[in-house]
This record gives sequence, C-alpha cells and structure tokens, in this order.
Amino acid sequence: MARLELIDLSKRYGDQVAVAGATLNVSDGEFLVLLGPSGCGKTTTLRMIAGFVEPSGGAARIGGIDVTYLAPWHRNTGMVFQSYALFPHMTVMENVAFGLEMRKLAKAEITGRAREALRLVRLEGYADRLPRQLSGGQQQRVALARALAIRPDVLLLDEPLSNLDAKLREEVRIEIRELQRQLGLTTIMVTHDQEEALTVADRLVVMAEGEIRQIGSQRDLYERPTDRFVAGFVGRSTFLEGKVIAPGEFETAGGLRLRCRGEDIVGAAVLMLRPERLSIGGANGQDNRATGQVEFVSYLGAVLELHVRLSPADRVVVQLANRHDAAAPAVGDAVEVGWHRDAGMVFAEQRN
Amino acid sequence: MAGVTLGFILLPLVLVTWLAFFRQEIPSFPPEGYSLQWFGAVLNNKSFVGGFLLSFQTGIAATLIGLALAVPASLAIARRTFRGRGFASALLLMPIVVPGVVLGTSIYVFQIEAEIATGLPLLGTTTGLIAAHALIVIPWATRLVTASLSGFDPAIEEAAKNLGATPWTTFWRVTLPAIRPGIVAGALFGFVTSFGNLEMSLFLVGAGRTTLPIAILQYLEWKIDPTVAAVSVIQIALIAVTMIVTDRYVKISQVV
Repeated sequence: MARLELIDLSKRYGDQVAVAGATLNVSDGEFLVLLGPSGCGKTTTLRMIAGFVEPSGGAARIGGIDVTYLAPWHRNTGMVFQSYALFPHMTVMENVAFGLEMRKLAKAEITGRAREALRLVRLEGYADRLPRQLSGGQQQRVALARALAIRPDVLLLDEPLSNLDAKLREEVRIEIRELQRQLGLTTIMVTHDQEEALTVADRLVVMAEGEIRQIGSQRDLYERPTDRFVAGFVGRSTFLEGKVIAPGEFETAGGLRLRCRGEDIVGAAVLMLRPERLSIGGANGQDNRATGQVEFVSYLGAVLELHVRLSPADRVVVQLANRHDAAAPAVGDAVEVGWHRDAGMVFAEQRN
Repeated sequence: MAGVTLGFILLPLVLVTWLAFFRQEIPSFPPEGYSLQWFGAVLNNKSFVGGFLLSFQTGIAATLIGLALAVPASLAIARRTFRGRGFASALLLMPIVVPGVVLGTSIYVFQIEAEIATGLPLLGTTTGLIAAHALIVIPWATRLVTASLSGFDPAIEEAAKNLGATPWTTFWRVTLPAIRPGIVAGALFGFVTSFGNLEMSLFLVGAGRTTLPIAILQYLEWKIDPTVAAVSVIQIALIAVTMIVTDRYVKISQVV
C-alpha cells in the first residue's frame, strides 16, 4: 500500500505518441480507474507503472520512491492480466506461492500467506487443482489471489473482467472492490467499460488519444464533463450541432433556438443533452419546448427511450421512466419535448 | 478409408515382425515353423551391436545439441520481430527438405575442407557424425518447440516478472516447463530421425565404425535371412516403447 505519482509520464513509439504526459496522484488506498476507448493509452500507462514499458519521459513514483526505470521484478506491484496469465503447469497453490518464493520467504510463511490469499478469494478448497480445471471466474480469482499474496504496494488490474460473461463480471467486480477496500490497497484498473468503471472507482481518469481528458469522481464526469469526448463517453447523451448566438442562447443546425447555460463560448459549438433530463409534455420550469415526431422507441424495461425528431437536422433522445399507468408515445406520434437550460452543456467544436 | 490407410501403414511392420520369427533361413511363405534364433543371431553379430551403440550414442548427443540450439532459435522466432524472421524460420527447416544424399555430400566435402584448413580430425570421427546429425534434429525441434510457443500467452512471462522473477528465473521456472511437451516431442522426433538416418551417415562414418542402418544395409548386400527382420523388430519395439513412455508424461498428440 502506497501512494502512486505519475509526473508527466509519456511514451512515444517513433512518431506515434502512445501516452502524452500523464500526470496523476493516487493516494494511499484509492481505487482509480483509467477509462477510455481502445488505443487511448490507458494500458500503456498501466504497463509503464508495472515496468513492462519503458517511458520516453517523465517519472513514476511508488511510495515516494522513483521507479521510472526500475525492472518489473524489482517493483512491488501486483498485476492481474486480462488473460489471467496463470502458470499452466503449476497448481493453484503453487501459482499463489510463486511471488512469495521469489521473495525468498521461509517455507512456513509462504504456505501461510498463500492460504490466506486463497481464503480471501474463497478458493481454499482448490489449492491442488491445475488452472485448466477451473472455470474462468475461478481462474480470475486465483490471478487476484496471486497478486494479493505478495502484498503489493500498488494493485494493477488490466481489463480484469473482460473475459467473463456479464453476470459473473458484476459479481467479481463487486468482490474485487470489497477486497480492495478491506485491504486498503492502492489500485489502478484499466477498462473501456464505463459501467464497470463507474461502479468500482473512487476516482476516474478519462483518456483519449494518449491524453488525460478529465480526472474526477463519477459525479464530476457526468455533471461537468470538460469536453465533448468525455460527455459522450460517460453516460448517454444527444449532441446537437449548431452555434452560440448570444450568451445562453444556442441555435441548432436545424434552426431551433434554445436556451442553454451561459458558457464562455462563441461561434460553432455543440449542445449536449442528457436523455433523462428531457421530458415529454408540459411541465413547470422548462426553458425549452419543441415539438417533434417520435421516430424510434427502445423498450429497455425500467426505462423507455424515445428518439424524437425536432427538425430535419436535430434529433434528441428522451428517456422516460416506465410507468404502468401512462400510455407511452408510439412511433409516429407528435410530442412536445421540454427541458430546463441546465439539462444540457455547450462545448466548443473540437475533434471527436 | 481410415482402415485402408492404417493397413497401408501397418502391413510392412506386421510382415517384417512375422518374418523375424520364421524358422527357415530363406524367407518364403508359408513358414516352416517359428523360432527365436534370429534374435540371438542379432546379439551375436558384432556389427549390429556396435552399430546400435553408435547410432544410440549419436542420436542422444545430436538431440541434446540440436535442442540447445533449437530452443533459443524458436524463442527468437516466436517472440521477436526482426528482419528476415520468415527466412530464418524457413532456413531452419532446410536440413529435412534437402535430400539426404545432397546433405551428406556437402557435409562430406565441408569436413574434408575443414580438416585441411584446421588440421583437426573430423571426417569419420564420432564428433563429425554427431555434428551432422544435430543438423537433422534442429528442424524437428524448432518446428515443435515453435508450435508449443505459439499457444503460450506472453502475459504468463510478464506475470512471473511482475511477481519478482528475473528473466532467467522466468525462463527456467515458467517458460521452459510450459513448452516442455514441444521440447519432448521435438527430442523424440529428432532422435528417431537421427537413429534411422542412412543416406547422410553413409558419407560420414569411419572405417569399421558403422551406424545400425549402415550395418543392416551391409548385411543385406551378402544375404537375406530373418536376422535383418529381427533387428528391425528390435528397433520398432524400442521406438514404440519410447513413444508410449513419453506419452505418459507428455501428450505428444497435443503438440504434433
């Protein structure tokens, strides 16, 4: 358990920038998630922390000690790989004991700590099995026990759940989170799955094209995304193209004039709207109203999503709670969509 | 169809085995009776026993040398990307693609030239023979070790390093055991190829020192009797036993 600091850490492959100056402070016991689409540099960042990728610049410190160019086997990080990477010829027990053997601990201590780690992941009864005799979820837990057994300064999770099916994924991620809290482990997890990221993280880092776009809590990212990319990546949203014609006034490409938050943006911009902040029919306190035709309805169980065309160029998604008493609008119906100016955010036009 | 193929493969083996137990000296059907005398004849034949020992010795030594060269080569081919990787990979298969006579001739010429240049005895020595046999072990070993590496997740080695193992420890404790089936299969095939090699060895053995296949050929030049069948049966049995024993520890069928 230790603090982790990344100071302007970067990686270039020739002209290709994989990570452009990542600066991060992860406090002791914090669960930080690196979130982003594939190729955004999150895995490279994690591998630089583990020591598998040599940085092109910047520094990494674990517990205040510079590890930037330290070999992986001299760092005390515990990594869980996407493919689990268990040693196929060793039993579960031997897998978990491996890191302790490398640390040249006494035999009795190795056995004790390996058993303890297996108990943490509830696999005490599987010590003598070979990895191939276990299910995917069990293998994943062995990989976790193996990383925990060495009592790492930092736990590194590289898309640890992406090979599990949906139901199991949910279980294992809650289990990982509980263990992490219980042990007070500083943890960095990499994922491209926003739901996964939002459930487990203390803090999230959104990356795109090798850059850190935003660092913050779930609420920060959702309520105050710093740019269009983050807004689109975290949560559902509709984007309307257009321009800011006056502070607090937005004109869409389809000619609708809408009220929005007064941001310091002039000229070409996009208006982002969260589907659940829009409503159908009249309600109080709405700054914007527009009529349109329902073009598509997704029935998602707890909620319904209506895709409503407000003008030839503008279509918004409206999310409604699925109330049994209300008849939901159907495709082709004309509806009035309304929202408060704070339901949306305006971003300057930018790449993606 | 499978039965026909199996019959096609097994028929000569069955016939030679049957023949080895015939009582009469001139092989003819039907047999006049059965006897074990030809196996005794094999054991009393100095050139068969000496040939067997030389072939065995050469096969073991060539296999060890071949593996020591093939394992690092396979690691490089499977793991690294470098210019000419495809070429290197193809080149390592050459010794079993080139006809044995051609290979034998070129090694013969090479060894003569090397002897002239260095003054060290090479041609006709066991060392020279072993070096040549190592050459025909390499393709098998490389092929099979590379195959087992291709199914081996490189993240497993990273996991070992992450847990504190140096690259050397990682190789001994993790990589080598994981590719063991490929190594064992490569060793087995390499040994069998070396043990049965005739064409290349013909050029390289010294006077009075022959390998088993050459001893059989020389015997056949003088007479045909069930002794030859008996010596073949001994070889078949040895190889079969080796394969069965090996298969108990390593599932060869998973690699080849």
